[in-house]
Amino acid sequence: MQLTDVWFGLIAVLWIGYFVLEGFDFGVGILLPVLGRSETDRRVMINTIGPVWDGNEVWLLVAGGATFAAFPDWYATLFSGFYLALLLILVALIVRGVAFEYRGKVDSDRWRAAWDQAIFWGSAVPALLWGVAFANIVHGVPIDQHKEYTGNLITLLNPYGLLGGVVTLGLFTLHGAYYLGLKSDGEVRERANALVKRLAPAVVVAGAVFLLWTQIHGGRPLSWAVTVLAAVALIASARASLRGREGWAFALMAGCLGLVVITLFATLYPNVMVSSTSAAYSLTTTNASSGHYTLTVMTWVAGLMTPFVLLYQSWTYWVFRARIGPGHIPVPLLARRG
Amino acid sequence: MSSLDLARWQFGITTVYHFLFVPLTIGLAPLVAILQTGWVRTQNPAWYRATKFFGKLLLINFALGVVTGIVQEFQFGMNWSSYSRFVGDVFGAPLAIEGLAAFFIESTFLGLWIFGWEVLPKRVHLACIWMVAIAVNASAFFILAANSFMQHPVGVTYDPATHRARLTSIWALLTNQTLIVTFPHTISGAFLVAGAVVVAVSAWHLARKNARPSDVEVFRRTVRVGLITVVLAGIAVTGSGHLQAQVMTKQQPMKMAAAEALCTTEKGAGFSIFALGTINAKCDEVKSVTIPGLLAFLSTDSPNGTVEGVDDLQAQMVARYGPGDYIPSLPVTYWSFRLMIGLGVLTLLMGLLGFWGYRRGRTPTGRWWVRIAVGGAIAPFVANSFGWIFTELGRQPWVVVPNPTGNTSIRLLTSAGVSPSVGAGTVLVSLIVFTLLYGMLAVVELTLLLRYAKAGPPDDPFPGGADDDASSEQRPMSFAY
Ligand code: HDD
Ligand code: HEM
Ligand code: HEM
Repeated sequence: MQLTDVWFGLIAVLWIGYFVLEGFDFGVGILLPVLGRSETDRRVMINTIGPVWDGNEVWLLVAGGATFAAFPDWYATLFSGFYLALLLILVALIVRGVAFEYRGKVDSDRWRAAWDQAIFWGSAVPALLWGVAFANIVHGVPIDQHKEYTGNLITLLNPYGLLGGVVTLGLFTLHGAYYLGLKSDGEVRERANALVKRLAPAVVVAGAVFLLWTQIHGGRPLSWAVTVLAAVALIASARASLRGREGWAFALMAGCLGLVVITLFATLYPNVMVSSTSAAYSLTTTNASSGHYTLTVMTWVAGLMTPFVLLYQSWTYWVFRARIGPGHIPVPLLARRG
Repeated sequence: MSSLDLARWQFGITTVYHFLFVPLTIGLAPLVAILQTGWVRTQNPAWYRATKFFGKLLLINFALGVVTGIVQEFQFGMNWSSYSRFVGDVFGAPLAIEGLAAFFIESTFLGLWIFGWEVLPKRVHLACIWMVAIAVNASAFFILAANSFMQHPVGVTYDPATHRARLTSIWALLTNQTLIVTFPHTISGAFLVAGAVVVAVSAWHLARKNARPSDVEVFRRTVRVGLITVVLAGIAVTGSGHLQAQVMTKQQPMKMAAAEALCTTEKGAGFSIFALGTINAKCDEVKSVTIPGLLAFLSTDSPNGTVEGVDDLQAQMVARYGPGDYIPSLPVTYWSFRLMIGLGVLTLLMGLLGFWGYRRGRTPTGRWWVRIAVGGAIAPFVANSFGWIFTELGRQPWVVVPNPTGNTSIRLLTSAGVSPSVGAGTVLVSLIVFTLLYGMLAVVELTLLLRYAKAGPPDDPFPGGADDDASSEQRPMSFAY
């Protein structure tokens, strides 16, 4: 196996980490206006992801950095090509990030309501657009012989791309509901579990159509197999949730998201971005990659660091394993000056 | 405006903005760690309240540092795709390492610190903030490694088949001479910011007429911590700046000459304090107030050393790299260099004045002192911005400056780095969006920081810590969203 293949795999792993982890905190953000009926409910919801959302987001940053280091052309073509979509994602991530930190800092309903909006849109927009972006990467976009993207924002909004977006949006929302079922207590937990019943069927249908479409278009035996597993995991997670097995529901959904990412990458390989202009212009793991030396160095770095990252991030989840209920929510800080 | 100009403006605005928050985080995280160490060791509640108070300010600031950083990470690909293709092999590595080795640690352990007051044993909790403090400084190292490569490419060769840079030695990249002097300079500049902020906030509270005794207990301690930081960092930033000037004279002589608007090569060149005429790009003579021999000393360690002038360097570069204008904007380099140094030195003076003011248990309560302290806290932010503006604009028209003693095929003009597929309209949209969004967030951030700074430390019940109280899981969290 070549180092370029290893890095293709590692970047898939980083996106799996991102989808599985940030997926549920996007979901919690999307569900904030749905499940959070009172201020205490909303604070319970936000505090379930409080300690971890920033660490989850770093998976994206590292995926970006790793793409830059291992496949500079992929990084350059993708981000200059999908410019406006990425701009929307960045704006969303910015307002969302500050919203968590700032919404509780001023004691005013209007202030909090504004930041709640920021959390909702800041979660929903990227949840949708990441799906759009990946669907287009896999299906192909116009790329010329200089590896430059020649389409525009509308090019990305084709039916398959949009379906991809709806699927990630749905999956992340469901993932968020499972997470709240697992991590919160009281009414939020009950509502989250009740919501699954209504949400899951739609997500299963959309997901199945999207995966089938992907496979009919570019499937291979391996990616077919992964696709089937992904669908099974999705259905099993809904079943587990309906039976009150909150932990299983969440774990199966995490598995499903991982398998969805693997499906996309397995369909893509050996390309990293498909050119719809001409197959000869597609970016591949070899024509878009860095030199051997850089890949070797980065393999060592990733090999040494990743186990530690997994270790201390898992530890964080262990430390904060307790459910968050209304009783944990403190009085706002400024009110605590005697 | 062309998409090149717009992309440059966007990079400049978003990066200077990012670096308003970065230095405060870099300096304040270790200071909060020190305050908390004081509490864990002495069990004195004053240290505890100081930790919570400055910790809160750190968090408010950290949030903006994080979200503006995300933009930086993707901007190279969005606006500078040709640049990214040319150097990705080299430049991507430190960026990815920064994520793996620093961002993961800082974000994860900050979460543990914020939410862990009740669930972690005291010492483990303390270790978390130290991890954050170390990681933010490590992140500075790796990103500066990337930046230093642009100033002075090393550890790299030119691949004629792909017309790309190829990394040959990661070690050379991480021990780049530019990096070795830039890192301490940037870090000490950051500590100057954080120390000065701590001093200003503490001084304001101490000077209040109705300051509560329990708050005085807190701020007498923190003002000392702040003042010590300011003075040490002030000395370090000056010393490292001197070293940088020497390295720069060798590696980027044009930047040094431009910093002085020094037109012709001079032996024993003087350092101009300020200029009376206008400095213009044509390199006309200006009357300036000059300290004889100081520039020569700064850049060569000897008052009689020779410093090359802009005209000669331009001629040399044309001979080497072909026709073109290799002179950066002289008014910008000249003034930004002076503002960086001048404002930093003023902060240092503020620190020394503070030591005198608080000597032997005294407390200056005059309005004048509070004003000086607040001014002294604003100055280093501005100095930092000008430091970067100088560094980055002083290397124009290059985005990757050719290494005079290395492989000069590794060079790239800024104009050749921009994304060919991105139109001016698109960049304009994103420039407007970011500028408006950043402007709004600046107002919010400043309002919150001031509000929390003025409110003073909260009267929390004395903290738990998992080792104190077995039933801690039932209690409300002390820090929460
Ligand atoms: C000398 C220090 C320094 C410099 C020059 C830069 N940064 Fe920065 N950056 C930091 C020091 C830092 C930090 C101290 O580590 C921050 C600031 C606040 C924070 O949360 O971490 C940070 C945050 C931060 C983040 C968010 C990390 C997170 O989510 O935890 C990203 C992605 C970047 N930066 C990327 C960049 C890029 C691509 C830069 C180059 C243009 C850059 N930074 C310049
Ligand atoms: C955080 C501190 C920094 C500040 C305040 C800063 C400031 C600036 C400014 C003002 C410009 C615009 C110059 C111009 O084109 O007119 C610029 C350009 C640029 N800087 Fe920096 N910079 C910083 C750090 C970095 C770092 C760490 C890197 C690389 C890792 C970097 C890479 C670039 C690039 C690629 C450009 C665009 C090309 C160019 O215009 O030269 N900068 N920066
Ligand atoms: C006597 C005092 C100082 C001297 C001689 C000095 C010198 C320098 C030099 C020569 C550079 C350019 C390096 C290069 O482009 O290769 C630089 C950059 C910079 N300076 Fe200073 N400086 C001084 C004070 C300060 C102060 C007080 C601050 C901030 C509080 C500061 C912040 C910066 C920053 C952020 C940069 C850009 C990053 C870097 O290249 O290190 N400097 N300084």
